[in-house]
Amino acid sequence: MDVLERYEPLVGDFAAFLAACERPLPSVVRVNTLRTTVERAREALAEAGLEPEPVGWHPGLFRLSGQPGANWPYAHGWLHGQEEVSAVPARVLDPRPGDVVWDATAAPGSKTTQLAALMDDSGRVVATDNNIGRIAALRSNTERLGVTNTAVTTEDARNHSLKPFAHDAYDRALVDAPCSCEGTVRKNPDTLEEWTMEHVEGVAAVQKGVLRRAVQATREGGTVVYSTCTFAPEENEAVLDYVLGEEDCRPVEMALPLEYAPGVTEWQGETYDDRLTRAARIYPHQNDTGGFFCAKLEVTG
Amino acid sequence: MSDEGGAGGESEHGDEAAGEDRPENRPHRFDRLPATADERTVPDRPTRAAVLEWFEERFGIPPGAFEGYSLWERGAGKIWVLAEADKPEPDAVDVEALGMTLLRTRQEYWKPTMAGVQKVGGHATRNILELDDERAARFLAGEEQDLEWEGDWGYLIVAHEIAGGVEPLGVGLYTYGTLRSQVPKGRQREL
Repeated sequence: MDVLERYEPLVGDFAAFLAACERPLPSVVRVNTLRTTVERAREALAEAGLEPEPVGWHPGLFRLSGQPGANWPYAHGWLHGQEEVSAVPARVLDPRPGDVVWDATAAPGSKTTQLAALMDDSGRVVATDNNIGRIAALRSNTERLGVTNTAVTTEDARNHSLKPFAHDAYDRALVDAPCSCEGTVRKNPDTLEEWTMEHVEGVAAVQKGVLRRAVQATREGGTVVYSTCTFAPEENEAVLDYVLGEEDCRPVEMALPLEYAPGVTEWQGETYDDRLTRAARIYPHQNDTGGFFCAKLEVTG
Repeated sequence: MSDEGGAGGESEHGDEAAGEDRPENRPHRFDRLPATADERTVPDRPTRAAVLEWFEERFGIPPGAFEGYSLWERGAGKIWVLAEADKPEPDAVDVEALGMTLLRTRQEYWKPTMAGVQKVGGHATRNILELDDERAARFLAGEEQDLEWEGDWGYLIVAHEIAGGVEPLGVGLYTYGTLRSQVPKGRQREL
């Protein structure tokens, strides 16, 4: 947990924060509304003895008393195991039926399939990843959940090509970026042991490239959401600050239905764009979830 | 480039997007199924009409169930389904995946996928085998089981009751008093 000490100046109640990071997370599932209703899924979960408890801020999310993978509703593609905060960015992106949406770093597909469900499986989702093994997981999730509006591309998102498709821009794009994953410590306690500053710097360079490409590929007036599961400002506000300077976009306000702290504008001698207070930092103790970061951009050019 | 499944021809139909003019089955590209045999340029490629007819004939699934969805082939006999009601794509798309797998037409007997059956099986009116929970669990685990069935042999939609309704679960192969689960390994579960 030593790595987390660096965030003491940012986190309000640091003792509560550390204590939350040491507790395991409950199992959470999202109901796949492409296949069934929230009410039937809840009934099936109860039949399976998993005591589904609705998560207040998001319809169709249930905390379970056991593991989500081996039960009838899962076999029918009615459920997807998905950490609570991981459901945030697709809600912030708020895609509409008929939209054309890019999921820039898509595997293993939790958000891809959530986006497809929010769009009633209409329009188009393009789901990109550069890792063949993770693409296989993404593919098995789109199949199991019965998603038919999604095309999968294997490529480096920084060089994403729209050439295979009829569309020449996206209405919305989601960059749920690969990151140092500190916020998943409750699920994977080993995460912090592998933490190095070199990795943070390396992954931040990739994040900048992917976010730039997402802004470029989105039409004027469109929306780009940037999210990570890390607390590191180097991978969050610093990435956004850089992209605000390079591409035509601006941070916009969002009202999340759960507790969070604003984005930071100062960190270890660096200062960032004042408008980044519109971003959201979700700490584990605030809602008893994993940690998360999310920002919403409007494309202006 | 592999030449699996195809010989050359003259038409340029449908290949503009990829900059190719030889109609053949390219295993890494998605090609839209021709509507009917008259529009077919790649030999042996199933037509959309034939696929819809097969689902209706075999399972009583009305062609209307596929309204708003296009059908594609990638690799010989692997048919995919794409929601395409409002965002039309070119007739050839070079991507890793396009929608979802639906059907295998390579062998003599066409075989729907588990994902396909879960998607459209709710419209079926025949060749549906409803199992009780105990048998359905053995089916989901990938087991073979002895079973009396008066209907057709071959690929059946296996269904069972969940949360107050009967839902399609997967594909079973019925022959000689035996039901063989076709649930893919990755989706098999021990409940």
